Amino acid sequence: MTTSVLRARGLTKRFPGVLANDSVDLDLNRGEIVGLLGENGAGKSTLVKMLFGVYEPDEGTMEIGGEPADISGPADAIAKGMGMVHQHFQLVGPLTVADNVVLGAEPRSGLFIDEKAAVESVRELSEKFGLDVDPGAVVEDLPVGVQQRVEILKALYRGADILILDEPSAVLTPQETDELLEVMRGLAATGVGIIFITHKLREILAVTDRVVVMRGGAVVGAADTAGSTQEGLAELMVGRPVIFRVEKDQAVPGPTVLYVQGLVARDDRDQRALDNISLQVRSGEIVGVAGVEGNGQRELVETLTGLRRITSGTITIDGEDVTRASPRDIHRLGVGHVPEDREKDGLVSSYSVADNLVLNRYFKKPFSKSGLRDFAAIARNAEKLVADYGVATPAITTGVGTLSGGNKQKVIVARELSETTSLVVASQPTRGVDVGSIEFIHEQLVSARDQGAGVLLVSAELDEIFSLADRIVVLYRGRVVGDMPAADATVEQVGLLMAGAVDA
Amino acid sequence: MKQRQWDALRLPLIAVALGLLVGCILIVLAGNNPATAYWALVKGSLSGVTELGRTLDKATPLVMGGLAVAVAFKAGLFNIGGQGQLLLGAAVAAYFGFRFSMPTVIHLPLAMAMGGLAAGLLGWLVGVLKATRGTHEVITTIMLNFVAANLTDWLTSRDGPWKDPESGAIARTPLVNESAEIPRLGGLPTGFLVAVLAAGICWWVFEKTNFGFEVRTTGLNPKAARYAGIKTQRIIVTTMVMSAFLAGVGGAIETQGVAGRFQPGFNTGLGFDGITIALLARTNPLAVVPAALLIGAMDAGSTLMQAEADVAPEIISVIQASILFFIAAPSVVRFIVRMRSDAATDDDMRLSSGWGA
Repeated sequence: MTTSVLRARGLTKRFPGVLANDSVDLDLNRGEIVGLLGENGAGKSTLVKMLFGVYEPDEGTMEIGGEPADISGPADAIAKGMGMVHQHFQLVGPLTVADNVVLGAEPRSGLFIDEKAAVESVRELSEKFGLDVDPGAVVEDLPVGVQQRVEILKALYRGADILILDEPSAVLTPQETDELLEVMRGLAATGVGIIFITHKLREILAVTDRVVVMRGGAVVGAADTAGSTQEGLAELMVGRPVIFRVEKDQAVPGPTVLYVQGLVARDDRDQRALDNISLQVRSGEIVGVAGVEGNGQRELVETLTGLRRITSGTITIDGEDVTRASPRDIHRLGVGHVPEDREKDGLVSSYSVADNLVLNRYFKKPFSKSGLRDFAAIARNAEKLVADYGVATPAITTGVGTLSGGNKQKVIVARELSETTSLVVASQPTRGVDVGSIEFIHEQLVSARDQGAGVLLVSAELDEIFSLADRIVVLYRGRVVGDMPAADATVEQVGLLMAGAVDA
Repeated sequence: MKQRQWDALRLPLIAVALGLLVGCILIVLAGNNPATAYWALVKGSLSGVTELGRTLDKATPLVMGGLAVAVAFKAGLFNIGGQGQLLLGAAVAAYFGFRFSMPTVIHLPLAMAMGGLAAGLLGWLVGVLKATRGTHEVITTIMLNFVAANLTDWLTSRDGPWKDPESGAIARTPLVNESAEIPRLGGLPTGFLVAVLAAGICWWVFEKTNFGFEVRTTGLNPKAARYAGIKTQRIIVTTMVMSAFLAGVGGAIETQGVAGRFQPGFNTGLGFDGITIALLARTNPLAVVPAALLIGAMDAGSTLMQAEADVAPEIISVIQASILFFIAAPSVVRFIVRMRSDAATDDDMRLSSGWGA
């Protein structure tokens, strides 16, 4: 069965000053799953946006089902049998699954939407492709993994035989990811061709038939998955060998640095986000906080760093009660904070690298003398940190906003870890960061631990938690549902806890 | 570095040129000669000491009003209340000017400072409402414009406590005492030097001090500022007070150095011109001075333009408004002059935080 459903040749897209896609070829056959692998900025998004008609290619041709195709826009792409599931779902929460699926292409009887027909066709589709979704359920009540299947149903309902999945596993628990991979296999078996975008090598190896690796806007490798290895693909993706295992010795935990007792806090919508959280971090250990996003991680980090008010409970850092302390008080205790959203929280993008490297210490000597800024000292600080942490920047006066994601994160890590003595709170420290920088940031966190700091690592990536943490705490709906030594934990067990399936 | 300076200058210069071009077209449509008109404008604003003095007189409150808006922009605040703050400053400076008598070295700066402080109080109110209740400063400053205008009207009205008893039906305060007057130096107003000094201080504060860094950080990214331990609410209040203080001092200089008294209606529009000037200067305090001089010269020369070229002085308002339009809409300018948009250049200023929170 090698009927070509999609064939792209020499697709090229230029943006001012950037060659985003350089003569990219891509083939997809009927019933095939092709993995599209690459780091952020490698050109994956640009490529699928051209396939889906969002961008018009500057050069190149496409064929769909053997016919030359000129796609004028997403609507045209859908008409030609393509479906795309975005990372951020495009669903209407209060409506039912059936309503969401037929939205925009409703079966009608006279002037009205034929609800019965809608429910029936969604049920049929769901059964045919083994998706197991109740057409009558209200979408916002469904778990994320099921919502994602609703997105897939939307594409199938419109007759898609080419499905593009954009980093679908980013929002899922490990169990949900496994289910998704199962669904993908089922879809492929019925003849749907799937383009699967991810940067997780394990998923590529688990489900794809072929893999296409992109780097710097070009395809740097295409191979059958059967003969590929994790190391080989990573090297292609990054352009150099990558060490996967984080080198670290056995932790030597010291006294408790962070002591949290009965913490309760509310989120921005005034809902209870932290529900009686108690946890401890000792010096010289990394405590990984696992959990599906939105289960209180953000609020936990914000309360610990003084950015969010606490309803009740106590926080002690190095023996000092910091329950109502300001961010600056907490910083003065030697706490480094790598924030979840580096663009919004951790950097001022129009400031220079140098100014960003003193964002947490500009008011201290030697950077400030009687209220005046000492630019020579600020520059020395920047030169040193840029060198020590390998920040790739043309100059310390360069605007930080022009750096790549990995280098932005290095600026933050350099600033927060270079002065830390007691505690590091790192939230999603490697999200959207290239593999090379991930390696470096992991080393830095381990080295902070080895120098005696306690590290609280919040991450949605279980791989990251398992490779770094000495102890694992699992958050579910604002509660600690698991707290165990990493050595005793298994991915399955933590995954189940994350899904709220077991009571700890 | 040269390239960057040119980049920063390019947009304002093009906007001014386009503004003058719009004026040109209107003058031609009205059946007059734009060359004669613009030449008269130049003569009326620059040709002699009297003309130059008039330009500086006009420019002085404009520098202060421009600084007020520029300073607020640094913290991400849009102060549209320059007009009200300026009126209040002018009236209070007049009161301290005519009501008291003391040595010049004390009286002059005291009256000026009181004018600034009274306006600063308005700014404080705006800042506190913004910082604690999230009330948008655009709304509160606009509303306070009316409060200030009506309050100062009443103070000088027939039954008002500050009315000049000898002015009959005219609403105004008495002349300030000589000890509160800002002297003129060979026909040129020294108040202008005060304004230039204020611009220098503002520049220094934002470029060299921790406080300035905190204000700019708050303006550019309030979340990152909070993360960095900056007390953003306090910064918002302080900056708003500073901004209003500057506008108030502008009004005081007008009273003490130009008009000699406070008379409602004398300073109409000055506060709003501050917005044009701050944008023309791209919120750089030093650049506010030339920007204010440009607008001041247009105002000063408009009388001669009317006399010599028979062009209505309102055309000046149209030119100034067009300049503001072109400054505020850089994409329009780019479209007109086919200037390529470099996403990363500072052509896109971040001025004010959004509506609501």
